[in-house]
Amino acid sequence: MNVQKDLFYAQSHEWVKYLDGGRALVGISDHAQSEMGDVAFINLCDEGDALNAGDCLGDIESIKAVSDVYSPVAGTVARVNDELLDDPARLNADPYGAWLIELEDVTENAELMDADAYENYISE
Amino acid sequence: MSELIFSKSRPGRRCTVIPKCDVPKADIPHELLRETAPGLPEIAEVDLVRHYTNLSRRAFGVDNGFYPLGSCTMKYNPKVNEEAAALRSFTGIHPLQPPESVQGALQVMGVLSDCLREITGMNAISLQPAAGAHGEFAALVMIKAYLLDHGQPDRTKLIVPDSAHGTNPASAAMCGFEVVNIPSTADGLVDLDALKSAVGDDTAALMLTNPNTVGKFDTNIGEIADIVHGAGGLLYYDGANLNAIMGIARPGDMGFDAIHLNLHKTFSTPHGGGGPGSGPVGCNAKLAPYLPSPAVTVKDGGYAFTSPEKSVGMLKSFYGNFLVCVKALAYILTLGADGLREASENAVLNANYMQENLRGAYDVPFPGHCMHEFVLSLELLKKETGVTAADIAKGLIDRGVHPPTMYFPLIVHEALMLEPTETESRETLDHAIAALKELRQMAAESPQALHDAPVTTPVGRPDETAAVRNPVLRA
Repeated sequence: MNVQKDLFYAQSHEWVKYLDGGRALVGISDHAQSEMGDVAFINLCDEGDALNAGDCLGDIESIKAVSDVYSPVAGTVARVNDELLDDPARLNADPYGAWLIELEDVTENAELMDADAYENYISE
Repeated sequence: MSELIFSKSRPGRRCTVIPKCDVPKADIPHELLRETAPGLPEIAEVDLVRHYTNLSRRAFGVDNGFYPLGSCTMKYNPKVNEEAAALRSFTGIHPLQPPESVQGALQVMGVLSDCLREITGMNAISLQPAAGAHGEFAALVMIKAYLLDHGQPDRTKLIVPDSAHGTNPASAAMCGFEVVNIPSTADGLVDLDALKSAVGDDTAALMLTNPNTVGKFDTNIGEIADIVHGAGGLLYYDGANLNAIMGIARPGDMGFDAIHLNLHKTFSTPHGGGGPGSGPVGCNAKLAPYLPSPAVTVKDGGYAFTSPEKSVGMLKSFYGNFLVCVKALAYILTLGADGLREASENAVLNANYMQENLRGAYDVPFPGHCMHEFVLSLELLKKETGVTAADIAKGLIDRGVHPPTMYFPLIVHEALMLEPTETESRETLDHAIAALKELRQMAAESPQALHDAPVTTPVGRPDETAAVRNPVLRA
């Protein structure tokens, strides 16, 4: 299972990539997409929504089930990855490239795991 | 895929030879006549029979073989039910006939309601909902009407355990409630501490399936009822798993205020393509004034349609799926009170027989005995061999067994949920156990063979993802 090094991970299997200027990208891990199976539909929150860490940012429907996705950090939704909505297969093919939302005014979350800790977490 | 019946149509072909008309033709007004012929297939009887017989051979039903689909109670549908429902006195009547001319049909509804009240311990029943999720919806609409009527519009939250059927949160959302999910304990039961911190002034109700979807009877139900009622909320029973407790325990005695039942599961009427279903809603005296309308009541020595005092109104055209009710009543009267209890006892016995025989070959994630169904986790098997729950399910098809429920409940990873029901013989259960053990062996020795299964069916592995992502609904 691929765990990308420069990201931080939540127990609910989302990743966050901190960018300059208090911004961040959020997506789901390779482990998460593998557990879900082929993704069929994605629903995401709206631009401008204010999220706290742990708030639902949307849901992902695979052929197995519908799963809520939670924001690993607090912030305001600056951009939503609309392209994914038409091509949900990208989430399976490239989970670390297929970001879901971009946040601004991000408050970093110290409780998140780094790559090594997450790798241990999913191998347990 | 096979040709559609429409593409087999040839002009002039017929199934029957209609004799020449020997009475004067009625003069139908021109504006009532259609301008073009209806687009119906023209086909000979032999081709018609072959078409549908061949199609039926590509499907799998409970008349073909063992169908252990968890939480769906795919028990055998006795043919005597069909005979009762086919009686001309039931098929030849019209829903708009005056009630005094169809007293027998009303009596069926009245007696069936009485039976269901006795079985569930509820005060009143409506047979109107079309199936399970519709029954859930009916109960929640009634709960909402009750809360508004009692000046409690702020009770907007419905508590749903994480082991619930997906229809529970969906029905709650359909009724405008906000869903609050609570976790289960390691034993698969309601986490009482989580429930205590979830309830409050905003709680409308708790939706609970008991026994739940991991096949466990929640023995804390008395305390659960106290917690929810203590906070001013109501208790709703999802009747999907009633087959485990008929004649043994009653939702009404457990403290539930409202329930729905699935006649097409527990009471042996067909479903899964052979429906339609029927999802009666039941309630205690508190909620009875809000039941859907019309209701059947005894009046002046006969039966009549009435409307409950504060009814939420009609939820389906006419009186529900009436002929399904006839079949369910035939089932209940055939078995009687003792027979229903025995059915539940054997359903639980069969599930435990399978669970104990599969323990060791597969990981049983929850300790102890099960009720009428049980869950296996294939998470370790997948890690070790790459063979998934879906692969094992597909392998079962090649051994004449319908796949169990896969990837549900969501709290168990790589889940297979099996519900054998009471109608299967020991030989059938032994065949399924042997097949599952053989597949476990194959997973270790030749996993690719399982990735390729099934190989004995007309269609092997359809592209499920493509079907969901790009459904083609019209040819």
